[in-house]
Amino acid sequence: MPEETKEFWRWSEKVWRDESIDWRGSRAITAGIDVGSVSSQAVILADGRLYAYHSTRTGSNSPDSARKALNGAMAGADMSQEDIRYVVGTGYGRVNVPFANRAITEIACHARGANYMVGPSVKTILDMGGQDCKVIRCDEKGKVQNFIMNDKCAAGTGRGMEVIADALGVPIEDIGRRSFEIDEEPPPVSNVCTVFAKSEATGLLKAGWSVNRVLASYCAAMAERVSSLIERMSVEPDFFITGGIAKNEGVVRRIERIIGIEAVRLPADTVLDPQIAGALGAALFAHALLKKEQKASAQA
Amino acid sequence: MIVAGIDIGSKNIQVVVLEDGTVAARVSVASGFEQEESARKGIEEAAAAAGVTPADIEYIVATGVGRKAVAFTQHQVTEVAADAKGAFALNPAARTVIDVGADEARAIRIDATGKVIDFAVNEKCAAGAGAFVEAMSRALEVSLRRFGEISLESTESIPMNAQCTVFAESEVVSLIHSNTAQKDIAKAVHDAMAGRVSAMARRAGLENEVVIGGGVAHNVGFVRALKDTLGVGDLHVLPEPEYTGAFGAALIAAQKVAEGVPALNPQA
Repeated sequence: MPEETKEFWRWSEKVWRDESIDWRGSRAITAGIDVGSVSSQAVILADGRLYAYHSTRTGSNSPDSARKALNGAMAGADMSQEDIRYVVGTGYGRVNVPFANRAITEIACHARGANYMVGPSVKTILDMGGQDCKVIRCDEKGKVQNFIMNDKCAAGTGRGMEVIADALGVPIEDIGRRSFEIDEEPPPVSNVCTVFAKSEATGLLKAGWSVNRVLASYCAAMAERVSSLIERMSVEPDFFITGGIAKNEGVVRRIERIIGIEAVRLPADTVLDPQIAGALGAALFAHALLKKEQKASAQA
Repeated sequence: MIVAGIDIGSKNIQVVVLEDGTVAARVSVASGFEQEESARKGIEEAAAAAGVTPADIEYIVATGVGRKAVAFTQHQVTEVAADAKGAFALNPAARTVIDVGADEARAIRIDATGKVIDFAVNEKCAAGAGAFVEAMSRALEVSLRRFGEISLESTESIPMNAQCTVFAESEVVSLIHSNTAQKDIAKAVHDAMAGRVSAMARRAGLENEVVIGGGVAHNVGFVRALKDTLGVGDLHVLPEPEYTGAFGAALIAAQKVAEGVPALNPQA
C-alpha cells in the first residue's frame, strides 16, 4: 500500500444537515452547486430554507465533482436526484454541471448567498476562492451592482496560500491561528509573485525565522495584496468575506487593519460556512426560478 | 592588468576574470543563502582557474540583484549597464539586448556606440522569467534541456490561458490528462513565455540586431519561440550567454583601472 501523502493545503470536507426538517413535506426542493477550482459545494433548500450542504474537493472532472458534492449533501437523507426540482450550477465549472437547469455566475451567487447569511445590510463582499479573488458591491436585495476581480495572478488568491501551506507543511486550517503566535508583527514578505514568495519564505526559515513568523509575514503580504484590490472599489459596510480565505483569521484581521473596516463575523454557533456562499446563492436562485416556473404553469 | 566582473544573481553567481582585456576565466557558483561567502568562493575559484590569486585581481565590479550585499567589490553597476556593455562588446551590431535569467528578464536598447537608450525589466513575476519554463518542465517530469529540445519537434500552436506560473502548472497538468503530446505542451509553454518576454522587449523598443543573453538563452525551444514571436530578422544568441553581465562588469572594471579611478571600497 502506498502511503498517502498528507495534503496540507486543502480545507477539510464538511457535511451538514438540518435534522429538524422533513424534506418530504416540502413542495420545493432546490439545489445550488458551486464547482470551484479547488473545492465544490452543494446546498439543498427545502421550500427556500437551508436543509443540507456538503463541501468536497474538486477532482479533475467537473461533472463528477458536481455529482459528488450533491450526493454528499443528499447522503443520509434518503433523497435522490429526482427529488430535486431545480438545480443551478455556479463557479468555475458551472457549465459542466450536466444535471443543472441553469448556470449563473458566481459573482451573482456569492452576493445572493452573502445577503442570505448576513442580511440586507451587507453591501460589499470579498470572495476569495481557490484561483481568484473578487470584490462585489451589491444592494440590499443581494443584487450585484459592480465588481472587480483578479483571476490572472495566484498572489492574492487561495492558491497562493495553499502553496505556502504545502511548502511549510502547515495545515491550511492552522495558518490563521499560528500567524498570531508571534512576539512582534514581522514585515510582509517582499515578493508579490507566489513563486518568488515561496523561495523567500524558505529563505526566511533558513535565516532562522520561526514557521509562525513566516506565516505572519506571508499573511500580511496577502492582506496587502487583497486590500489593494478592495481599495480600488469603495468599501461600504457591511463588509462580508466569503470563500475559503474567510476562515483564515490571519489574513482577515490583517485586511481589516489595512482598510480600517471590520468584516461581519457569523455568530459562533452558526451552522453556516462562508465557503458555501456561492452554492447557497445558487440554491436560492434555483428556488426563485422554480417558483416562477410553477407560477407560469399555474397561469397557463 | 587583471580585473574581474561578478554578477550576483538570485540563483547563481557568475565571475569573469580578464587579463589584459582577454577572458582568463569564467566561473559559476550557486548563490545559496550566504551571498557574501558564495561570492568570495566564486572569486577564489575564478582566480584559481585563471592561474592567479584573488589578491592579484586589481579591481572587481559587481552587478546583479545581490551586488550591494557583497562588501569586497570596488564598484557596483546595474544589470542594465553591465548587460549593455557585455553584449555590445560581444556583438557591436547589437541594438536590442534581451537577457532572460532564472528570476528576471530585461530588454535594453542601445545605440551604435553601445550607450543605453531605453530598457524594460521584469523582476516581479516568475511567468516572464526562466522560473516559468523550469516549473513547467518539472510538472512534465522532463529535464529542462530536453524540454527545450522536444518543443522544436512540435508544429502545434496550443494557446495557454494561464498567465501566472502557479495557474499554468494546473493547466499543464490538465493538458497531460487530456493526452496532449509532451512536445506540444513544451511548445505551448515556450510560446507563452516568449509572448511575455516579447511584450517586455517591445516596451524597450526593438531594433536589429536583436541579441539574447542570460542562462535561458541556452534553451533552444525558448529561443525559437521568441524569434518567431518577435518577428524581427534574426535572434542572435550571445556566446556564453549567462556570463554577459559578468563580462560587462569586468570590462567596466578594466575601464576603471585604465582611467585610474580610485576604488569606492578602499578597505578591500
